[in-house]
Amino acid sequence: MRVALFLTCVNDTLYPDTGRAVVRLLTRLGVDVDFPMAQTCCGQAHYNTGYRHEAEPLARHFAEVFGGYDAVVTPSGSCGAMVREMYPRMGERARAEGRGDALARTLAPVVPTTYELTEFLVDVLGVTDVGATYPHTVTYHPTCHGLRALGLGDRPRRLLQAVRGLELVELPGADECCGFGGTFAVKNADVSAAMGADKVRNAASTGAEVLCAADNSCLMHIGGTMTRLNSGMRPVHLAEILASTEEEPAV
Amino acid sequence: MSGSRERILGRVRRALADAPRDDGPVERGYLRRHGERTVEETVALLAENLADYRALVHRCTPDELPSLIGRLLAERGSASVLVPPGLDASWLAGTDVARVADRAGSTAHELDRVDSVVTGCAVAVAETGTLVLDGSPDQGRRRITLVPDHHVCVVRVPDQVVSSVPEALERLDPVRPLTWISGPSATSDIELDRVEGVHGPRTLEVVLVG
Amino acid sequence: MSGTFVGMPAFPEAAQDAVRDTTLRGNLRHATHTIRAKRAKAVAEVSDWAALREAGRRIKDHTLLHLDRYLEQLEAAVTAAGGTVHWAADAEEANRIVARLVRETGESEVVKVKSMATQEIGLNEALEAEGIRAYETDLAELIVQLGEDRPSHILVPAIHRNRGEIRDVFRSRMGHWGRPAPEGLTDTPAELAEAARLHLREKFLRAKVGISGANFMVAETGTLVVVESEGNGRMCLTLPETLISVVGIEKVVPSWRDLEVFLQTLPRSSTAERMNPYTSTWTGTTDGDGPRVFHLVLLDNGRTDTLADEVGRQALRCIRCSACLNVCPVYERAGGHAYGSVYPGPIGAILSPQLRGTGSAIDASLPYASSLCGACYEVCPVAIDIPEVLVHLRERVAQGGPVTREGNKVVLKPAAGHGAERAAMRAARWAFRHPGALRAGQRLASRTRRLHPRTLPGPGRAWTGSRDLPAVPPEPFRDWWQRTHGGQDGAR
Repeated sequence: MRVALFLTCVNDTLYPDTGRAVVRLLTRLGVDVDFPMAQTCCGQAHYNTGYRHEAEPLARHFAEVFGGYDAVVTPSGSCGAMVREMYPRMGERARAEGRGDALARTLAPVVPTTYELTEFLVDVLGVTDVGATYPHTVTYHPTCHGLRALGLGDRPRRLLQAVRGLELVELPGADECCGFGGTFAVKNADVSAAMGADKVRNAASTGAEVLCAADNSCLMHIGGTMTRLNSGMRPVHLAEILASTEEEPAV
Repeated sequence: MSGSRERILGRVRRALADAPRDDGPVERGYLRRHGERTVEETVALLAENLADYRALVHRCTPDELPSLIGRLLAERGSASVLVPPGLDASWLAGTDVARVADRAGSTAHELDRVDSVVTGCAVAVAETGTLVLDGSPDQGRRRITLVPDHHVCVVRVPDQVVSSVPEALERLDPVRPLTWISGPSATSDIELDRVEGVHGPRTLEVVLVG
Repeated sequence: MSGTFVGMPAFPEAAQDAVRDTTLRGNLRHATHTIRAKRAKAVAEVSDWAALREAGRRIKDHTLLHLDRYLEQLEAAVTAAGGTVHWAADAEEANRIVARLVRETGESEVVKVKSMATQEIGLNEALEAEGIRAYETDLAELIVQLGEDRPSHILVPAIHRNRGEIRDVFRSRMGHWGRPAPEGLTDTPAELAEAARLHLREKFLRAKVGISGANFMVAETGTLVVVESEGNGRMCLTLPETLISVVGIEKVVPSWRDLEVFLQTLPRSSTAERMNPYTSTWTGTTDGDGPRVFHLVLLDNGRTDTLADEVGRQALRCIRCSACLNVCPVYERAGGHAYGSVYPGPIGAILSPQLRGTGSAIDASLPYASSLCGACYEVCPVAIDIPEVLVHLRERVAQGGPVTREGNKVVLKPAAGHGAERAAMRAARWAFRHPGALRAGQRLASRTRRLHPRTLPGPGRAWTGSRDLPAVPPEPFRDWWQRTHGGQDGAR
């Protein structure tokens, strides 16, 4: 099976540790993962901000770069949802605009092969115990696109529960959005910040050391709010917890 | 006036000019009723759901009905009761409370001075705890079950009881003015929490007779 | 729509005060969280919820795609049953028709059942200008009317008020409109409901004209349906001699049987009840029972324009249950008033810019008033994909394109104020098409990372005003990959 890592532009630029963690984790599980250097961005920010036509070349580029792989794994629920949910829609819209089937045909191959990390682990590899050790108290925030667009369900939780040393504590109001929402975070900064502060307060109320999620965009917002509010917690991507072992613990 | 009619219909047609107008029937994958129950279980569910929304539920045999109604009016301290034209006269045989006929000429103020009303119903829905009145002679005009503060509604069980909303609609005639009643009047307008007792009858007593 | 909202600032600005108002935030949080849990329970009670939701979606879509046919059928059925049907292309025409009908009765006051359509067209203000006083009779509408306030929720327009504030409004204002509040009125909900009962009773009993909307209109039979709780609806629909119903054209459903879906999904979605206390249905007029005269005013007011939009038309499926408001994290913090419309919350954010167009500051900003979290879509009983329509409307604002306004097809220009964003999006698109350029940018950011400030000037302040920036790592992932795995697939 040819497996590609679609790291996402945000992770590539700001969160390389998450990328290294995914590589380490998948390698440990016997997956030979590739990182196509031509990859850039799925186009989500463009699409969701109202620039669908600007997103189209990025989607085509994504399909060119990742088209030849059996599976494309991404440690981001929202970028995964972009490919799986929005690419088909972009194809439909192009057709409705009288531009034929070309876009839909170009994008179709990558839609079923793109997996969010926890889906790939649980559904494709069939593992929930990935052999990780992480001796910390953790609370889990299911990000909106993972929860509602992809329907990740209890996959992340099952993976976390199998981690040795990890104590998982329930996050009150877990299903509520953290307030990131891409450009929403700056276009409606006051509301976004209020949502973020409520999320951080809920997280702090659990007494956990770590707030874990499977999307660094949300964690960037939550983490930035945590340090501003001096909450004493830190945000950690799920991949980094799953990659952590006794021999090579995550810092 | 007719100008706007044509304008609106024209806009609708232009708006849908490119839309696919498939004419197939709408798929209805939902249930006709929720779960299988015996007749007695259905009646019990009706009683439970009526009570859950603060209706006072009583059960009796046909023989006991007059004395039960008499007792309910007496306990309420009612001096007068509105009577729909087709109400079985025997139902009120156990009370000497003053009868007030449901007349077209009565004013709303006159109705407001009557203490209670006794009616039958058209159908009752177990799953939702709902009584439906359709203005038949044993139920009278819509306003008589609205203005008095105390409504006693008699349901013949099991004949008048259905399980579900779909089964109720099947039995009802849309041409008749219908009133669906689920408990006494209530509101959720203060902090989105339910409080019983606003403009409609604040006491709803349901007699399941059979 | 109503003139009340003309000149509203854009959403982010309008939301500012609400976000900082701790009483308001507390009121909204308390109310929405109360109903959220109850709705979930009421929905979980029916095993076929998903099928009911899907059937509701399909019935509404089918109706919308044949709206001309069903409106004509409805008109014929209502007329045959003794009603009179009027057609109003916009708010002004609807108000003119209603005012004329009231004047013809010789009355100067009317009682009203809560109706979104009449709020949308600003009927009360229009009647006031004609010397006709309209009394709102729904408890929450009464609170809003007495307090000279604006509605902030579809189902509970006074949701922004807590019981103490409601008591204060009743005490200070009821006397100006009729029977004053009882002496020593406390803030217990039961006493407040009792005060409303006493205050409105005299108005119901003397009313000669009632005005309503409708939740559904059945084309096949000409039947109208009003779903309510308090009994004020029944009062207005049955005691007056004349009944005037103002209803949006999208409220029609084809058949009597179709009600079996919505009478199950609406109560559970809105008040979280198995069934609401009262539902009234009537078909034209009935001899000797209820109003002798019935007028139905069918309202367009932007609905046909909305219908013309292939993606946006799903907003017309809405049955006004408010479930999307109650789960929306943005609504909970911004409050209903920030939406600048009688339709607040997620549904308002897609309905108002379609009914009114995206010309004003508020309407152009509403599509962005969402983090696209999808909670609204999840609870919608007719499966309106609100995030999809929001993104579609963002596109209309940012990129322009073909739309229908007042029945005419026009091509919108991109909205003003999005120039810099558009340029940035184009630049980003260019960089993302050229991985080399992206890499150069990443390296530059990494090399200068020690110089990055913790707070940003200008538009960046929108982020750093409340959140710290992430630290830029010493090298992007791709450089690490190149160093460690470079031989394997560097060329792709």
